[in-house]
Amino acid sequence: MSEITATALASAPPYPSAKKGWVKKSVLPGFGLSLGLAALYASLIVFIPLAGLVLKALELSLPELWAVISNPRALASYRLTFGAAFTAAGINLFFGLIVAWVLVRYDFFGKRVIDALVDLPFALPTAVAGIALTALYTTKGWVGQWFWLADIKIAYTWLGVTVALTFIGLPFVVRTVQPVLADLESEVEEAAASLGASRWQTFSRVLLPALLPSLLTGFALAFARAIGEYGSVVFISGNMPYKTEITPLLIMTKLEQFDYAGAAALGTVMLVFSFVLLLLINLLQHWSHKRTGG
Amino acid sequence: MAGAISSLGNRKTGTAHAATSEAAWVRIVLITTALTFLALFLFLPLVVVFKEAFAKGIDVYLASVSEPAAAHAIKLTLIAAAIAVPCNVIFGLAAAWAIAKFDFRGKQFVITLIDLPFAVSPVIAGLIYMLLFGRQGFFGPWLGDHDIQIMFAVPGIVLATVFITFPFVARELIPLMQEQGKEQEEAAITLGASGWKMFWRVTLPSVKWALLYGMILCNARAMGEFGAVSVVSGKIREQTNTLPLHIEILYNEYQFAAAFAVASLLALLALVTLVLKSLLEWKAAREHELAVRAANAQ
Repeated sequence: MSEITATALASAPPYPSAKKGWVKKSVLPGFGLSLGLAALYASLIVFIPLAGLVLKALELSLPELWAVISNPRALASYRLTFGAAFTAAGINLFFGLIVAWVLVRYDFFGKRVIDALVDLPFALPTAVAGIALTALYTTKGWVGQWFWLADIKIAYTWLGVTVALTFIGLPFVVRTVQPVLADLESEVEEAAASLGASRWQTFSRVLLPALLPSLLTGFALAFARAIGEYGSVVFISGNMPYKTEITPLLIMTKLEQFDYAGAAALGTVMLVFSFVLLLLINLLQHWSHKRTGG
Repeated sequence: MAGAISSLGNRKTGTAHAATSEAAWVRIVLITTALTFLALFLFLPLVVVFKEAFAKGIDVYLASVSEPAAAHAIKLTLIAAAIAVPCNVIFGLAAAWAIAKFDFRGKQFVITLIDLPFAVSPVIAGLIYMLLFGRQGFFGPWLGDHDIQIMFAVPGIVLATVFITFPFVARELIPLMQEQGKEQEEAAITLGASGWKMFWRVTLPSVKWALLYGMILCNARAMGEFGAVSVVSGKIREQTNTLPLHIEILYNEYQFAAAFAVASLLALLALVTLVLKSLLEWKAAREHELAVRAANAQ
């Protein structure tokens, strides 16, 4: 806040902030209207429909529910979805740190354009990303052909799924680490250096611990995004049951067979998992803010 | 979840000191690694879209993006975005006002819930509306009796798009409005301004860039959404096909050049989005800097 308004308001009488009820009193208008409108809209668009999903899944008896979510085909899809999402988030953790480091610390030609391009996966529709990555990573594609020389197929295997999930999760680690890295005080590094630490020691003992909360947050965000991803994966995965079928696609298949309860059961499993991840991410961000004093 | 998406604000570049910088070869290795990674995962996919789009010449390209089915898909995509963005702007402003300017119990929980659509799979976003409004859904029989079609029709597509883009604007406004505090608005009210006058003259101008930023991201996502829309649309050509769904149909019919031609339109939209986003970040950072300088000069 600018100091101008702060001094101007210093002469204004202090407002009573009696803690009555669940909301603090304020002179500002519109609390009831804005919260009411937001709550109504959020309920209609998000919460009631999501509750409907859980209710639909509960139409099944417990043994039926268990049979749907522990079916071998479903288990294979979880393994692929979580495995590929975890691998992709790991790739993004490693390369994301390097990208963030390079963008914050070094100067090179085209840096600003590259910095802007990092957000491409947020802006590029997933279907476009899906067909583009498929074209690149098939055995005849610009990149895929080189791997094919080493007998490695990327598109239409779990590697292809990982490539797509790496693409869509790419900005998260970069964008969470970048501001923290930029705000680090250079004094700590200078102190470490003057005390005789090598550059690598300074990095691993001083910088890395300071970056850890933001790295983990970025990893969790990329992981959460990857688990639910559908658009980019369906094109590159080949969609073979038990092999390259992700859970969102299995839900889609169940819907096309009018197995609404089955789709809702699998959807609920994913929803619960997303919710847990979301809470974890919020905790991580809280920790991260506390560490950086932001 | 969108914490990572919102990067409006000031970024500074660290200055290199001899004792706290790396050897030249380390720098070169790191820069090369970063650039190779970005080339493989960002740059080449973008290039390949345009290369494949023009693979069969400019005539095929122009025919693909102007045929009736494509034109209809463009129209439907624009309609969905034109409804979803304003809805979420109104919600975003209302939610941000309540959350940033008032203290109430359960606030943190509400903020977490706003993020929910970011964490939920797009397929689930489509599924929930299917369960409510589909033929076998909760309201299915009633809707059938009254001849109202939501699923496999435009309203379903709009609903799914609204859900997917729900947090974008709110997520940009909340942190900024919290940071700005409420002194200015309180001053306006104590000086006798009406609520709406305060909103138009004080609140809206101070958040305009963040609002625009949220709208741009919201719009990009609305126009590009695939998974959620794919569940509820039914993919009926020239009726319920949006641009991303049109791409899928062309691709599955092995009309690759046409699919990539339509995809290139969305890739262009993405590039325009990135340019506008960078401009806004630059503008917001500059205004922030000027404000700080003005405050220091006092």
